[in-house]
Amino acid sequence: MEILGLYNYWAYVAVLMIGFYAVIAKSNLIKKLIGLSIFQSAVFLLYITMGKVDGGTAPIIQAGVSDQIFSNPLPQVLILTAIVVGVSTLALGLAIVVRIKESYGTIEEDQIHLLDHKS
Amino acid sequence: MSIYQHLPALQVVVPMLIAPLVVLMRGRGLAWAMATATSMMAFIIAVSLTNIVLETGAVSYAMGSWQAPYGIELRVTAFSALLLLIVTAASTITLLFGKQSIDSQLEEHRQPMFYAAWLLVLAGLVGIVVAGDAFNIFVFMEVSSLASYILIAAGPNRKAMPSVFKYLIMGTIGATFYLIGVGLIYMMTGTLNLADMEVRLQEVQDIKPIIVAAGFITVGLALKAAVFPLHVWLPNSYTYAPHMVTAFFAACATKVSLFVLLRFEFLVFHQNLVEHVGHFSTFLIPLAVIGILLASGVALFESHLKRLLAYSSIAQVGYILLGASMATASGLTAGIIHMFNHALAKGALFFAIACLATQVSSLRLENLGGVARKMPWTMAAFVIGGLSLVGIPGTAGFISKWLLISAVLEKGTLGIFLVVAVLVSSLMAAVYFWRIVEVAYFGDAPKQSAELHEAPKWMLLGTWFVALANIYYGLNPSLPLLLSNQAAASLLGQLP
Repeated sequence: MEILGLYNYWAYVAVLMIGFYAVIAKSNLIKKLIGLSIFQSAVFLLYITMGKVDGGTAPIIQAGVSDQIFSNPLPQVLILTAIVVGVSTLALGLAIVVRIKESYGTIEEDQIHLLDHKS
Repeated sequence: MSIYQHLPALQVVVPMLIAPLVVLMRGRGLAWAMATATSMMAFIIAVSLTNIVLETGAVSYAMGSWQAPYGIELRVTAFSALLLLIVTAASTITLLFGKQSIDSQLEEHRQPMFYAAWLLVLAGLVGIVVAGDAFNIFVFMEVSSLASYILIAAGPNRKAMPSVFKYLIMGTIGATFYLIGVGLIYMMTGTLNLADMEVRLQEVQDIKPIIVAAGFITVGLALKAAVFPLHVWLPNSYTYAPHMVTAFFAACATKVSLFVLLRFEFLVFHQNLVEHVGHFSTFLIPLAVIGILLASGVALFESHLKRLLAYSSIAQVGYILLGASMATASGLTAGIIHMFNHALAKGALFFAIACLATQVSSLRLENLGGVARKMPWTMAAFVIGGLSLVGIPGTAGFISKWLLISAVLEKGTLGIFLVVAVLVSSLMAAVYFWRIVEVAYFGDAPKQSAELHEAPKWMLLGTWFVALANIYYGLNPSLPLLLSNQAAASLLGQLP
């Protein structure tokens, strides 16, 4: 029960590792960036999970309701910021890949290495 | 409410708000003038903050008057004041004196964007230093990192692109690791404010997530700080970045990450994890020593001047870490003051290289034969920077090496080995500088070198300004010493 009950955390670790693997193992720069995005998304999942309270709803105060359980909104706010950071990183990374393609004519890491060593 | 109370906020807000305005500045030199003026203003704010800290102790600022730990706290201690001085001074001096170098490497229409990104790096770095809570540190870290990718990518060689891509991947992984660590701590303590975290961690029963968090944060920040073996992004990024960007980053970028690392290790984890200091030292001392020796060794055989100095930077990060991982007041003081002194030495060296680069076509060693006969002032400044890095008495580098060795010696037998490592590495530094000096002073000029002149006067002035600062702070180290002593004391909990 305890292991299954933490399935969100298992999912987080699995997604994290899938992303990390792609970053390390793929030689295509776009695929690396996709891996990086997956890697970051896993952390978003961690934050959202930790803010969830059993039976809690969105933290909105209603007139006449006083015993409502709320999920912790702070991690969600934090992760909103982290998502923005992730998007800008991805955008910047893609822009760099475009520049690499323009000047090298390829986005495969091993070919870029070859071209660098020739010159 | 006087303006002085708002200085911690202004320190960050001024460069951050002016950055988008700089983008609009078209026309000759306008963007440069605005960026330089802003950077100077940041420097003036940093100096006044340092004065306030020295007079009254640490300054705490509640953003929007929301009190910590619920509101966002900005906190300036002696340690942050020292870092603020390094960062803002490095930015100001490189901008003020480096215009010709930037002009020669960057087309005019790209410059407004470049200076805007520069100010964002500045805002991010000072933001990390003044931020009092873990999440704001993350945000500022990403602001400065993203902007610094742009600055490095502005380098004229196309090899800048793959190196900046590598930096982006590794930097993001580092930041994400840090974020995971902060998340785990938040999970267990429910707070993000560093000071509050320290108190609340004492009540945590299940310590395992905190240990994991400590691991994630240490590795993440070590990646950002280019601690060996996580340094692979640094040499190429520094080599292909525009020269002035290299001078700026070499002086301060990795140190700010080390600053965060030390704050976490000593303020948050130190008192709350059993034997944390032991783990911290046994983990980092070997890395520091191997880093020092290996990076110096690589520098011995490197023939590209900028890459050589980049490897030497990795070795210097090792010195700072070695001092810090002694976890004693004297060790920390040595590490922290070395941040300041290394910034001076590397600043002078990279500035001199920028001066060289205005005249010679390639910075490879074989291309620099006899260059000192044509550019005596540049090379003299380079030699002063080199002496300071090696640690010759009378220069700033000597102060930190001396403190480091005396701190390490307190450790008994282990200390003797560490001293040997430091001395061997200093010898290697002397050897790789001698290689450069030998070529530049006694080498034969390459055939097509008839038109070498001395570097532009204004840049030379900047180089000499930094080089003489090396000597000044070598003879009179009272200010950095005072700040580092206070910083070490507060990290070890001897001061409020």
